[in-house]
Amino acid sequence: MTAAATLSRSERQIGFGLAFALALLGFIMAAAARHGVMAVHGAMALMLGLYLVFRIGGAFYDPEPSPDRANQYYDAPTRFGIWMTLIWAIIGMGVGVWVAALLYWPEATPAVPWTSFGRLRPVHTTGVIFGFGGNALIATSLYVLQRTSRTRLADSISPWFILIGFNLFCAWAVTGYVMGSTQSKEYAEAEWYADLWLVVVWLVYFTLYIRTLARRHEPHIYVANWYYMAFILVVAMLHIVNNLALPVSFGAAKSFTIWAGVQDAMIQWWYGHNAVAFFLTAGFLGMLYYFLPVRSGRPIWSYRLSIVSFWGIVFFYIWVGSHHLHYTALPYWVQTLGMTFSVMLLVPSWASAGNAIATLNGAWHKVRDDATLRFMFVAAVFYGLSTFEGSFLAIRPVNSLSHYTDWTVGHVHSGTLGWVAMIIFGAIYTLVPQISGCKEMAWPRAIEWHFWLAVGGTLIYVVALWNAGITQGLMWRAYDENGALSYSFVESVQAMAPYYLLRTIGGAMFLSGAIICTLNCRATFRSTPPLHEASDRPLNPQPAE
Amino acid sequence: MLKLHYNLEKLSMGLVAGIIVAASIGGIVEIAPLFVIDETIEMPDDMRPHTPLELAGREIYIREGCYACHSQMIRSLADELDRYGPYSLAAESAYDHPMLWGSKRTGPDIARLGGKYSDDWHVAHLIDPRSVVPASIMPAYPWLMRPLDTRLLSDELATLARLGVPYDPEMVAAAVADARGQSQPDSDAGDAVRDRYGDGIAVRAFDGDPSQLTEMDAVVAYLQSLGALTDAAYDLLAGETE
Repeated sequence: MTAAATLSRSERQIGFGLAFALALLGFIMAAAARHGVMAVHGAMALMLGLYLVFRIGGAFYDPEPSPDRANQYYDAPTRFGIWMTLIWAIIGMGVGVWVAALLYWPEATPAVPWTSFGRLRPVHTTGVIFGFGGNALIATSLYVLQRTSRTRLADSISPWFILIGFNLFCAWAVTGYVMGSTQSKEYAEAEWYADLWLVVVWLVYFTLYIRTLARRHEPHIYVANWYYMAFILVVAMLHIVNNLALPVSFGAAKSFTIWAGVQDAMIQWWYGHNAVAFFLTAGFLGMLYYFLPVRSGRPIWSYRLSIVSFWGIVFFYIWVGSHHLHYTALPYWVQTLGMTFSVMLLVPSWASAGNAIATLNGAWHKVRDDATLRFMFVAAVFYGLSTFEGSFLAIRPVNSLSHYTDWTVGHVHSGTLGWVAMIIFGAIYTLVPQISGCKEMAWPRAIEWHFWLAVGGTLIYVVALWNAGITQGLMWRAYDENGALSYSFVESVQAMAPYYLLRTIGGAMFLSGAIICTLNCRATFRSTPPLHEASDRPLNPQPAE
Repeated sequence: MLKLHYNLEKLSMGLVAGIIVAASIGGIVEIAPLFVIDETIEMPDDMRPHTPLELAGREIYIREGCYACHSQMIRSLADELDRYGPYSLAAESAYDHPMLWGSKRTGPDIARLGGKYSDDWHVAHLIDPRSVVPASIMPAYPWLMRPLDTRLLSDELATLARLGVPYDPEMVAAAVADARGQSQPDSDAGDAVRDRYGDGIAVRAFDGDPSQLTEMDAVVAYLQSLGALTDAAYDLLAGETE
């Protein structure tokens, strides 16, 4: 069943108009730029728009969906979003493994600009954070929103606009980096027009969320949706403020951020750390709060604790970014505030992790037998571990050793591989059979393989970089008996070789797991015709607008 | 409290408002004062902005993602002072849109790289890092020997001037000529760069060839300017150690 078949004729008209508008936008961009990165990006939008015009136009007179579609949840966008999640997982993790290998075999870099480490590194970060993580958040949020509200999505066009628009942003971003276009702000490297485009996509996302909540048949908004809303709202705030920039020309992919120097550093890490908080934590806690109870068949252990931890996370996290700037030219009082709140943040973080683990009480036999639930359990454990590590690393004297080293990179990956990716895989293995009308994944044994590859890969990666980071930190500050520095910098680089090799192996194991997951999902999506279970439908069907 | 929250959960817009308020406070308290407290940045009198050629080099530094492995922020720790030089001051990046403090040292900090190595060393190192540092894991950048694209340079200076970087209209107008002039020693254009940006400006054929302006000229000019925009950090450290 194609996506267009799920749309009514009037919706196809709107979709056709939007696709045409996208093609026109691409044409205008390409014409304004004439050459360079922005012209390529205009051409990409033009081709995508034309493709959609033909896709929708070709299916325009196909039979319309049955009128009782209001009795069903609208899962076609989620299915597309899961596909994009998996494709970006392979791109983002694949590039990650490649750049990790380049640190061990620097001569492996071909002498052409676009494969250089510095250009590929943001392809990895954007690919996994926004491509893999972002698509997973959008896809699962639409799934969770409908089920916890017992209603169908408010309309059928905007989920497609959000997903296609978001993926266009990701594609613009990563292709821009390899062509040498970057704002250089970490995790916000995309240029000004891509940033503006993301704001439009995000506004539609927020509007769809609120409109669907307004149609809910449950009096209360479920906890998962609080987190998804915090994710949508705060990411918008961070994205807009951090990316305020003045384009050098409206026909070029080049702008200067309006922020400079120390203020820019503070705003960058206010953004950077809260991208961790609200992109990589809040949204995924939303995922956890829905899929963990569903999969384990146990209600959330404590309702009060979920309230405390939610508001604690929303309030405390925003303060902590300045712990990235200890001992720098940032005023001391801001560093101290960042450190203090980072330590306090451990309370709501562990409240969330503890709440998740306590929810599994009475379902431990399922954790043992069910690899999907084990993914979620491991995610909660790694969430607890990496938030503890984060608070620890934010303490000024600890940070003096760990900052600028691979310890930070190891810490980030314990969060992203151990927590974020694990909860995504847990959610995927729960919802993919559901939206495919199957009882379980096509290859249940492959989930078990994936689980052990993922856990093994994460542990190898994280332990290797703990060692690497502590070694670097200690070598940089070591003095000999004459009061001179013991090691030159390059000696500390040489000492990294075994750890860089190990981290490449760990990353490759994790990537293999993701590939297995993708093949498993493909087999499941193709195995049976969609059969909607009677229990999984809106409470009081309403016709879509 | 629990009763209050029980009711809040029924209001989507109430949750929206609560989230926005709770998530705004920290940012406002930490960021807004940085723009109004004068001590945040103590601007030395001799601080200069980058020349057009250095700026072009900085743009290439950004384009190639160098900031992912090199920091430009020396922390106020004894071993960093011994290894890299005086700790970085806020003023030294006050004209940087964006700042390039970095977050990782896969390679060493380069905030005070200027003047530590010769131009020839930089050219050899950028073309093939392992020819001069055998254990280096830095990527090679042989394509930097291609001509420098200066089409946007003047607009870039104009944009930065609008953001408060002290480029006057004459500097903006002469941006391309100044970029070329800085790589041509003993020329009128080279003297003009010194007139506009100060006598301390390095006017050299950075890539070894004054006849053509390459990306290498720009990158090396930029690397040689790091830490050389003001003497304030050295003066401050000398004052502290006395």
